[in-house]
Amino acid sequence: MEKFGYAQSTKFDTFASRLLPREEYFVGGHRSCQGCGEALAVRWVCKAIGKDAVIAHATGCMEIVSSGMPQTAWMHPWIHVAFENTAAVAAGLEAGYKILARKGKLEGKPPKVVAMGGDGGTSDIGLQALSGALERGHNFTYVCWDNEAYMNTGIQRSSSTPYGAMTTTSPPGKLSIGQSTWKKNMVAIAVAHGIPYVATASPAYLFDLYFKIRKAVETPGPAYVHVLCVCPTGWRSPTELSVRLARLATETAVFPLYEVVNGHYRLTVEVPKLRPVRDYLRLQGRFRHLRDKEIDFIQRQTLANYELLLKKCQAPFPEFVPLAHEEGKEVE
Amino acid sequence: MTKPLEQTTWQEIEIGGILTEPGSAREYDVGTWRSQHPVWTKSRCIKCGVCWTTCPEGGISEQPDGYFDMNNYCKGCGICAKECVTGCITMVPEEE
Amino acid sequence: MAKPRAQAKRVGMEVSIAVSHAVRLARAEGIAAYPITPQTHIVEYLSSLVANGELEAEFMNVESEHSAISACIGMSAAGARTYTATSSQGLALMHEILFIASAMRFPIVMTVANRALSAPLSIWNDHSDIMAARDIGWIQVFVENGQEAFDHSIMAFRIAEHPQVLLPIVVNLDGFILSHVVEALEFVDQETVDKFLPPYKPRHRLDPRRPVTMGAFAMPEIYTEVKMAHQVALSEAYERILAIWQEWGELTGRYYRPVEHYRTEGAKVLFLTMGSLSEVAEVAVDDLREAGEEVGLLKLRLWRPFPFAALREAVDGAELVIVCDRALSPGGPGGPVHSEVRSALYPLAQRPQTLGYIIGLGGRDVSPATFKEILVSARQELQKGPSQEFYLFGVRGA
Repeated sequence: MEKFGYAQSTKFDTFASRLLPREEYFVGGHRSCQGCGEALAVRWVCKAIGKDAVIAHATGCMEIVSSGMPQTAWMHPWIHVAFENTAAVAAGLEAGYKILARKGKLEGKPPKVVAMGGDGGTSDIGLQALSGALERGHNFTYVCWDNEAYMNTGIQRSSSTPYGAMTTTSPPGKLSIGQSTWKKNMVAIAVAHGIPYVATASPAYLFDLYFKIRKAVETPGPAYVHVLCVCPTGWRSPTELSVRLARLATETAVFPLYEVVNGHYRLTVEVPKLRPVRDYLRLQGRFRHLRDKEIDFIQRQTLANYELLLKKCQAPFPEFVPLAHEEGKEVE
Repeated sequence: MTKPLEQTTWQEIEIGGILTEPGSAREYDVGTWRSQHPVWTKSRCIKCGVCWTTCPEGGISEQPDGYFDMNNYCKGCGICAKECVTGCITMVPEEE
Repeated sequence: MAKPRAQAKRVGMEVSIAVSHAVRLARAEGIAAYPITPQTHIVEYLSSLVANGELEAEFMNVESEHSAISACIGMSAAGARTYTATSSQGLALMHEILFIASAMRFPIVMTVANRALSAPLSIWNDHSDIMAARDIGWIQVFVENGQEAFDHSIMAFRIAEHPQVLLPIVVNLDGFILSHVVEALEFVDQETVDKFLPPYKPRHRLDPRRPVTMGAFAMPEIYTEVKMAHQVALSEAYERILAIWQEWGELTGRYYRPVEHYRTEGAKVLFLTMGSLSEVAEVAVDDLREAGEEVGLLKLRLWRPFPFAALREAVDGAELVIVCDRALSPGGPGGPVHSEVRSALYPLAQRPQTLGYIIGLGGRDVSPATFKEILVSARQELQKGPSQEFYLFGVRGA
């Protein structure tokens, strides 16, 4: 197991962007918004899973922008069935290839089966199918594109929407601060199923994402990778900041990058000096309505969660810039 | 080449509505969406390829001389300019 | 020269088990099913067949019926021969995906052990579950006894996988009344089934060497055309179904028709039933004929594609057709089968009267006497002019 994934990546001396694979498996011409963080993630995950893979995809942004008749942006064999059953379809694909291989009806090895779905299709409506597929132990990988709301239908909240975020169904108002619940911890749910590999990933840390996906597809049994996808349209952020924001999410501990291998936690991207969450929140229009009270709560909760995570990872707590942030200071 | 929808008869549709040409989205001209596009100052470019990796569209391609330039899939989001390591990319408004 | 009869072994067997054996003989490769009364014996027995290596298949213990049909789509997309079974609430839970399975042309075979839909909860037989699924675009057949359940379960795979059909198919058998009774039936051996049913050859599969995109969305400009293709495939399946039934007849001596006739010669009044109710109706028709009544029975076997021509031909010469539904469409035409039969007969220049009676809901027992009472009631209603759109028969307090 150690020869794959992040451990493998440490065997390399040079990480040069230009040395990554050139062949596109999620081609240009798809209709995502300008600056779509999810499209960027899909582009690289498709390269990482390799040519010998099939994809089952949920209804959502990526499915819609890429598969309007008569054109498709996918180079992989790809199937879309419905919103909430992607994990079940993927499980069926895996079982189908298994029996065909056993009966000698498959030419070559069974392809890698990769299920993909948004946060809506994964943590809400698709949770049952995901749980079933993970519990049955199918040899497949589930990748969640987390853009933190039901973006395709017009930015409605999901259980992955962060606390305080504005969405059309969790709008701030006289009686509301926006989303009133904390983001559902999908990684913990996946880990609770006892599967061999779970990880978080971000397109802002491409090598980390690339090697994690490789590790996920090579791991026998179920694997779950949760990818943070910045959505400028839904987050009300400038289109050019989609990678910057994803990086800030990790630098503020809002979205730490770690993996769980057979139940053992390991931080894969260490942040030696944490930034205050305000640096992350202030760049997004969806948090514009938050007052100090909510931001302080988010800050404390984020740090508390991070501390718990670090304990599991047996990593030291990093240096943290004090809560009060100077007003008007330029954010890098 | 995929046939325009309005001209496709029911008999011409593949069974189950299956699309048999992978990557046919390449035919779609998203280039008309952009209101700005990236321009590289080659003297400051170190050919690192970060811009190419951070483009959600695959809208940047390596040129024969090893430098990178946009192609027609660029939607003008500006991520490449923001992420460029040396800051050699500038977003310039589209002419017209 | 008549073809020799296939090797037949006569057994007494619970119909659910017979269906499982049919699925085994058909060499189903992927099974994904969720237990629900009264389908449970089918999936339990299939599970043990797989566990003992008697059926080489992947048996997925899915966590719901919705996932069962979804997993079947996955297995079928991989290129495997797939099977599932359900009833009532399970069928209702699958509903969303059923339309998708047929429109995407996956030849899945499904047994429905018909059971009443909640509320109130009922585990007993009626046809409300499948009647709520008329528009799913699947081929649909009804069987009336164990032999038919066995035969049609095997034929279903051949029909579904026919290269010009490639549509999923439902085989309906009455829950408990059929699924849980022991009947005498004639088995067909593996060698015969193998000759009748060649291995599944998918037109498209998910294969990295030939990548395709399945399940693309359709703009208004093209949606209708895709639906047209589906409709044509389903209605043109009719001839192919008949040809396959003919082949089975030559193989086993058991011939099946989309509309079966029972003592219809010279009949002025025809009952029309589906499923196991037909066998009860036959007894009633025998009694009535003995008493001098000119009555007969039509047994509707093929529900989708609807056998318009065969039905119109079958009622020729009759004055009254009494359709006995086992499902209720509230607030509307009442009996789904009656409304479709009446609508199918409407364009005829000469057509019999039709009346719709609904019986046997929620597993209520129907005896031959019921049919005789219905005949009396029907005649009274015709005499004074029908007083209702349909008749929910045998209700206490009416």
